[in-house]
Amino acid sequence: MTDMTVSGSAPEATQMPEKRVWRDIGIKRRYAAERRFKAYGLGAVLVGLVCLGMLLVSVVSKGYTAFLQTSIQLDITFDKKVIDPQGQAATNDRVLLMANYPVLATRALAKVLGVDESDRKLRRDLSGMISNGVRTQLRDMVLADPSIIGKTRSVWVLAAADVDSAYKGQIDLSVDQARRKVDDQQVAWMNKLAGEGILKGRFNTGIFVNGASSRPETAGMGVAMIGSMYMMAIVLVLALPIGVAASIYLEEFAPKNRWTDLIEVNINNLAAVPSIVFGLLGLAVFINFMHLPRSASLVGGLVLTLMTLPTIIIATRAALKAVPPSIRAAALGIGASKMQMVFHHVLPLAAPGILTGTIIGLAQALGETAPLLLIGMVAFVADYPATPMDPATALPVQIYMWANEAERAFVERTSGAIIILLMFLAVMNITAIILRRRFERRW
Amino acid sequence: MSTTTILSIVLVLAVVAYVLGRATAKRRAAASGIKLHSREGYYGSFALLWTIVPSLILLAVWLVVSPLVVDEAVRESFPEHVKAETAATQSLAMGMVESVARGLRRLDETEMTRVKMGFSALRPVLASKGVALAGDGEDYMVDAAIRLNAWNDASRLWMTICVLGLALAGLAYAQWRIRPEVRARNSVERAVLIALISASAIAILTTIGIVLSMLSETISFFRSVPPLEFFFGTVWDPRFAATVGTTSSDGQFGLIPLLAGTVYIALVAMLFAVPIGLFAATYLAEYAGSKFRAVAKPLIEVLAGIPTIVYGFFALVTVGPFLRDLSADIAGIATGNATGFIQAQSVLTAGIVMGIMLIPFVSSLSDDIITAVPRAMRDGSLGLGATRSETMRKVILPAALPGIVGALLLTASRAIGETMIVVLAAGVAARLTINPFEPMTTVTVKIVNQLTGDLEFNSPQTLVAFALGLTLFFITLGLNIYALYIVRKYREQYE
Repeated sequence: MTDMTVSGSAPEATQMPEKRVWRDIGIKRRYAAERRFKAYGLGAVLVGLVCLGMLLVSVVSKGYTAFLQTSIQLDITFDKKVIDPQGQAATNDRVLLMANYPVLATRALAKVLGVDESDRKLRRDLSGMISNGVRTQLRDMVLADPSIIGKTRSVWVLAAADVDSAYKGQIDLSVDQARRKVDDQQVAWMNKLAGEGILKGRFNTGIFVNGASSRPETAGMGVAMIGSMYMMAIVLVLALPIGVAASIYLEEFAPKNRWTDLIEVNINNLAAVPSIVFGLLGLAVFINFMHLPRSASLVGGLVLTLMTLPTIIIATRAALKAVPPSIRAAALGIGASKMQMVFHHVLPLAAPGILTGTIIGLAQALGETAPLLLIGMVAFVADYPATPMDPATALPVQIYMWANEAERAFVERTSGAIIILLMFLAVMNITAIILRRRFERRW
Repeated sequence: MSTTTILSIVLVLAVVAYVLGRATAKRRAAASGIKLHSREGYYGSFALLWTIVPSLILLAVWLVVSPLVVDEAVRESFPEHVKAETAATQSLAMGMVESVARGLRRLDETEMTRVKMGFSALRPVLASKGVALAGDGEDYMVDAAIRLNAWNDASRLWMTICVLGLALAGLAYAQWRIRPEVRARNSVERAVLIALISASAIAILTTIGIVLSMLSETISFFRSVPPLEFFFGTVWDPRFAATVGTTSSDGQFGLIPLLAGTVYIALVAMLFAVPIGLFAATYLAEYAGSKFRAVAKPLIEVLAGIPTIVYGFFALVTVGPFLRDLSADIAGIATGNATGFIQAQSVLTAGIVMGIMLIPFVSSLSDDIITAVPRAMRDGSLGLGATRSETMRKVILPAALPGIVGALLLTASRAIGETMIVVLAAGVAARLTINPFEPMTTVTVKIVNQLTGDLEFNSPQTLVAFALGLTLFFITLGLNIYALYIVRKYREQYE
């Protein structure tokens, strides 16, 4: 019907111009206004979509390279003269820990490149090619199997962050070499090694498993992922039962009075309280008053639980409301108690809706940063947390910390971390959508 | 016994109680020939509840109260000259005693006898066990630590006995109570109802917790900085808590520059988000074909699902530098001097990026409200010959106006409380300016700044964060309640 007003009157107006003139005053103007209005609307939608696109393109274009890490394949000779010159390894276990492993890598690199490493400048350039993380890498190899001392092994070692950036084309090589972090000599070596296939980008497992590091090439978000996992588990275990119980009470049992009205206003308001306020609550109550450890995933989980509760309660109540009253009446009619009616009939029928709401609440909690900053999750944690009481970080907090790092290579890391976080969120939200499509019932 | 062990024993007892309760109910019913009042599972649950609820409540209370009591008792046992000291010194001494006590746990018999000689003998022994003690202690601390350990052990022993005893007593009592005529279902359902009520009370407790915890810290902040100076001060310069015991007068804590920055950035964000969001909502509700709508609406809502830290990073590395370079180009063309007049961290950067984040809030809230306007009003207007845009502007929007205002207030409260974008994009300089191209700072940025890093609780530099948080809480609370009130009132008009 609405379509006819537009399409029906226009041809008429052209057919009988003389007669219609007095009635058509302003019709052109009005239609122009109509078209303008429509264009504004379309423009607004497009601006929104463009913003989304720019955001994603910006993150992905900066971050996809983070999943490849430049490595160099070296035949490293575990020279006994370097590792254990005095032959004390059997008696003093610090020898193997403290040995000068980077020299082994530098030597191997010098051999490949055919460079005389007695030249000081060249030696510095050489060691600048290889990440300092090689120290722990080779040390762990030796500690795991001391019999390799004296033998030669082919090892992929990480290139230094600046070489990595240069190899990925993120450093402008036309700038004078004094003003960039890799000099021409290193670039030449890099190109030579790349040509031989010894230096190349390999899939970066480090970003998934490593802990915090001040060197971008060995920094990873393993600790953050474990911390986030602990927190999500705590939120799920606490917020889901409490939220469902609260909604059942409010929706099915609560009398309509001031008290329940107060609870209702409260829940709606809590859903809109700035997240940072929950951080202050966590700091004052859980850390200052209850003396729980700072930086622990437990505290983070508790704070996020309080934040997620309103979301879960609102979703659960909507799901309970959607169950038709006839189900309730039928259950009561055949003699079920009210509690049986709720737990045997209404709750199972509302379960898909509750589940969807819970997943969306969890996804929100996973991306939340501000409250975690206040309870000390901004921490340099290199070791995996064994329990939720140990210091840990979280995915978004790790992103925040990397975003504050000055080094160029951390921008790439940060974007890579954001991609990982967004992947998690996408998976959770898509699961929620699929669950809703699959199980949603319309009465 | 550790708490986990006690818990698992109680849980095992609970299972036993459930099985026994069911069996007892069946047996007694068969013996007496009376039909069971409830289904047999309810008798099991009845016994189970009697077993775990009292004992777990006792356990929880004990775990909370016992450390307080022991702590108090140990402090009581300090020598007189320590008790004469200030509360802070006593807390310090208590902390020392606690770490000594933790260290003593690692020692064996012979080492214990050596340790009794005094603090000077203790230190090397503990150091050899990997327990480093901060600072020097006095001899009485060793005794106090030994007492602390002994009392804690005693408390734990009695706790184990009492909790397990209570669980067994509850089990026995339930067994004795179970008869066919006992209304087990009613008791169990009453217990479940109480659990449901307490779950919904948590929402209230959270709010109370927020207000009380922040209020107490704020009050102690106002003890060192007068409220007038805080609320009406125009200079924010808190300094650092350089030395322990620094007094208030070192820093200036003026709220005005922070509040101005917060409002200014929120205003820019709203100016960006509101027209786009409203137009997008009307287009999607009125003009878009169903296919376009099915694609565009969820895509715009994706913007709401992206974590704010991602927006912050986007502002930091993309939008900020882009605006700076753009302004440099403009300045280069206009004046020949290519220095940018927009700084990378600025009100404009933060405002625009926050505006992007707010678009989906505005659009989906307004969409709900626009579609809630009764069909008859729209049809009536169109039937009179109005175009769609006229219907929208002159009929639907006025009818939806209160709801939309409510939605905008909710959006504004979100803009004011937003943290991560402004932390990364707005800058940290607290100043009063009306130039949107310069950095300003917000309340939330300062809360984060004051509370990350090493904290010394009790210094006004830290406590001010709670005063800021409380202010923020009440501002957003006011906006939210007013918005909810408007939205509710409006809904009632058409229902």
